[in-house]
Amino acid sequence: MTALPEPLQHWFDQQGWSLHPHQTEMLAQKNAPAKLLIAPTGGGKTLAGFLPTLAELGVSPEPGLHTLYISPLKALAADIKRNLRRPVEEAGLSIRIEDRTGDTSQTQRKRQRADPPHILLTTPESLALLLSYEDAARTFAGLQRVIVDEIHALAESKRGDQLMLGLARLQTLVPDLRRVGLSATVEDPPAIARFLARNPDPCEILTADPGPDPDISMLEVDEAPPWSGGGGRYAIPAILEQVRAHKTTLIFHNTRAQAELFFHSLWLANEDALPIGIHHGSLAREQRIKVEQAMAEGSLRAIVCTGSLDLGIDWGDVDLVIQVGAPKNVKRLVQRIGRANHRYNAPSKALLVPANRFEVVECHAALKAVAEGQLDGEPRGPGPRDVLCQHILITAASGPFDADTLYDEVRSAGAYANLTREEFDDCLNFCATGGYALRAYDRWQRLLQRPDGLWQLRDPRAARQIRMNIGTIIDTETLKVRLKNRRGGTPLGEVEEGFAATLTPGDTFLIGGQIVRYERLNEMTVEVIRRADKEPKIATFMGTKFATSTQLSDTILAMFQQPDWPELPPATRDWLALQRSVSKLPERDRLLVETFPHDGRDHLCVYGFAGRNAQQTLGLLLSQRMQVRGLDPVGFAATDYATLIWGLRPVEDPLPLFAPGQLRADFETWLAGNAVMKRTFRASASVAGLIERNTPGRRKTGRQATFSSDILYDTLHKYDPDHVLMQITREEALRGLVDFGRIEEMLDRTEGRVDHRALPRVTPLAAPLFLEPGRVPVAGAETRDRMVAEAAERLLATAGLQS
Amino acid sequence: MNMLSFDFAGLELCALPSGALWWPSEQRLFVADLHFGKSERLARRGGTLLPPYEVRETLERLEHDVGETGAKELLCLGDSFDDMTCATQMRPAERTRLQTLQGKVDWHWIAGNHDPNAGIGGGIAVLYVGPLVLRHIAEPGSLPAGIAGELSGHFHPKHHVVTRGGRVARRCFLITPSRIILPAYGAYTGGLALSDPAFAPFLTPDSRAILIGGRPIEVPILLREAAQ
Repeated sequence: MTALPEPLQHWFDQQGWSLHPHQTEMLAQKNAPAKLLIAPTGGGKTLAGFLPTLAELGVSPEPGLHTLYISPLKALAADIKRNLRRPVEEAGLSIRIEDRTGDTSQTQRKRQRADPPHILLTTPESLALLLSYEDAARTFAGLQRVIVDEIHALAESKRGDQLMLGLARLQTLVPDLRRVGLSATVEDPPAIARFLARNPDPCEILTADPGPDPDISMLEVDEAPPWSGGGGRYAIPAILEQVRAHKTTLIFHNTRAQAELFFHSLWLANEDALPIGIHHGSLAREQRIKVEQAMAEGSLRAIVCTGSLDLGIDWGDVDLVIQVGAPKNVKRLVQRIGRANHRYNAPSKALLVPANRFEVVECHAALKAVAEGQLDGEPRGPGPRDVLCQHILITAASGPFDADTLYDEVRSAGAYANLTREEFDDCLNFCATGGYALRAYDRWQRLLQRPDGLWQLRDPRAARQIRMNIGTIIDTETLKVRLKNRRGGTPLGEVEEGFAATLTPGDTFLIGGQIVRYERLNEMTVEVIRRADKEPKIATFMGTKFATSTQLSDTILAMFQQPDWPELPPATRDWLALQRSVSKLPERDRLLVETFPHDGRDHLCVYGFAGRNAQQTLGLLLSQRMQVRGLDPVGFAATDYATLIWGLRPVEDPLPLFAPGQLRADFETWLAGNAVMKRTFRASASVAGLIERNTPGRRKTGRQATFSSDILYDTLHKYDPDHVLMQITREEALRGLVDFGRIEEMLDRTEGRVDHRALPRVTPLAAPLFLEPGRVPVAGAETRDRMVAEAAERLLATAGLQS
Repeated sequence: MNMLSFDFAGLELCALPSGALWWPSEQRLFVADLHFGKSERLARRGGTLLPPYEVRETLERLEHDVGETGAKELLCLGDSFDDMTCATQMRPAERTRLQTLQGKVDWHWIAGNHDPNAGIGGGIAVLYVGPLVLRHIAEPGSLPAGIAGELSGHFHPKHHVVTRGGRVARRCFLITPSRIILPAYGAYTGGLALSDPAFAPFLTPDSRAILIGGRPIEVPILLREAAQ
């Protein structure tokens, strides 16, 4: 076995630390070209990843980059820096450890390129940026190891695909580079291994002892949960009691808006003035750092948080995790529980708090799955080509390249292993000429092929623009929120532009746990003052949505068929019984359709239990059919079990809407023109570099200069429907949607067995759908005209005019 | 045709869904901000390569409107070209198409900030047509003596209304008692909300917006709303 440097071993001994078996094993196998470690959170995973580096660097290493560490979160990189520097410094090793993220200063970044530290901690985007410079080869010369932390999270997103293309590039620069992936418990380790390793090289998997089973249960609450709503506020007294009984509690919510509302109520009920904080991704960096520091110092008793704390940040003494709202999938629940009790070999403790009665059922199903050790998940398919387009541009920014070499390099990333040359050439052509059927840019190509066959940027200044647009995270347009004061305003966070547009001066909303009053919009900043004289509106944030897995849906449907539910709390039992009496409970081989008026609109609710993607597709199909029949659908929301469609007219006979015939033709029609496609196009066009999110020196005002990506979509659809970006959009939309076959199958299976219930008001089972975020607008041109006309009449009346 | 007629400074005018303004009694058609060549200009400057179809699309809209109305005269209120190079380097097929259209109507270019030399002789900044004054950018304050109204472009106005089905934003005409600011007509143009301070000098309590993009429809502009 490889030994640690003597001073470090000595330091470990002094601390009374001994290595876990998987840490020793990682050290022993440090020469493997690719290695995946799967260990539960709290198992010393990150240290296991770094031990070989520390062993190889020794007491006084030569200058030069040895190990590159990549994590999905900036906060995680900063946290690892703190934790790694301590043993290194106290053991007197002269190893330089630095991080490099979007928050690193310009001077520091420049220096890091010329004189890199021994260990550089960074994110996928910062790595892509480093690779886009001409001096990338020099920066990375001598690099030995790359550690990808929380690789299970990265493997689910385009950020991971971008990272793997970056590693392919790195491997060309330094062929002997060894790869290490660190992952939490996942359902399919070999898939992650293929994602990590250079294709087609093998990758060994080391699985650490998973430790004792988690201690997880439902929180007992005397009061009944509400019929609908995601807040979990009814449980606040019981939750406060738990906070008092533990050292530090993390209280997870599924969305940022819910976290805000909950924190506000928790604070009002916090009579002992326990120190409690809030943390989510829409808060200003200053606010988040304050909370992170207080947490690290152990001065907070509880943190209300969302997915921004999901990944392996070391929060010290967390001894309880509370999940408010149903965990939408079991894997995430297990990973969240890992937050509690960061000590290996001690069981993690977690409590589930269903936010409403439906979630009581979901939580029961989830607990059953955890007890049986079931993890859910779906494979992700081939690497997205919009990311490839961006990678080609990044490569061009770093210098001239050969297309054949780049093609081979790209295919060494597992997700792109089956990329055809034609698919690659389409992307290259898109980057070079735009790839249009009308060859318009011969004089103004972005990339040129030189006489020696290499490709390069026509205008070297374009490199700057490419660098400014690196990344695959496409945010919804957001506006900053500032608290107005004499010092020019304290940043509080941000809200979605659409939400800001609904505010009138005097309206109040919650952000960072406080109620603020909207004063005015000042150059794209929402100015607010602290004031709590009105019931706050709920700010909308771009929230992460989780899909309930099929396994959970099936368990729930089976539960519905029981004659009674003695295992459920009385309130939930009554709620299900009430649904059974006013309408009915959905069955597996029948389709329940409810129609009812609510809030001035007519609603139709279909309980397909087909999973979120299929329910979303069903929503698009049904609304398209409603459109054809003049029923004026306006929008819909889909969950894993149902789709709720609202419109301007009631659906009196839903049966024909569910006829299977013509389905595929309808499918093709909506595919072209619907909002989901436009949304997908916007994301793919931004990633692929057609739409630039950032332009050097763009003025803050003059927003009429930019125009909606929908215009580009409509133009391409009309004049160049087979353009590569339209192909990519279809690929990406289908990736996010169905499994179209599953809907055909469901409609075939339930044909003639549609149970229609026309009801006077919202039913118990439909109520939760009204709080579903991510509503899809579907109104067609005529419906929109009708809506606008109605609104105009109302405005005229308000203004005292007659139309 | 789907148009909305309204009274302005004693004249009967019509808003077209495309954003053109039609004066039936004089058979004049007004359009603003065509921005021909926008994708070409971006590409020339080393930027992104947008779908190069906006000139075609804008020409198609013009051909349609001229055909439907039977206009005898077409007046472009500036920023017809995204810059002067676009004006001289139009693709041959598109230039021919533009010239064909120019052969059908009496055509006038007014210069804008993007195309200061547009038109024969170059750079007509102001044009008087009957009781109307035409320019690219509206001038705050009172109109010249003997003039009843001003038509202009430049700002690309858009406005939103809150409907039963959610918020809908559309390009619009801004109409005050003495001026009309036309929406941008070109295919690749965005909009500036009427709530933007740029519109403040022109808004009066009885200002109206005519939303286009669908069936043209008139809405009052609630100043409180616009001032946000």
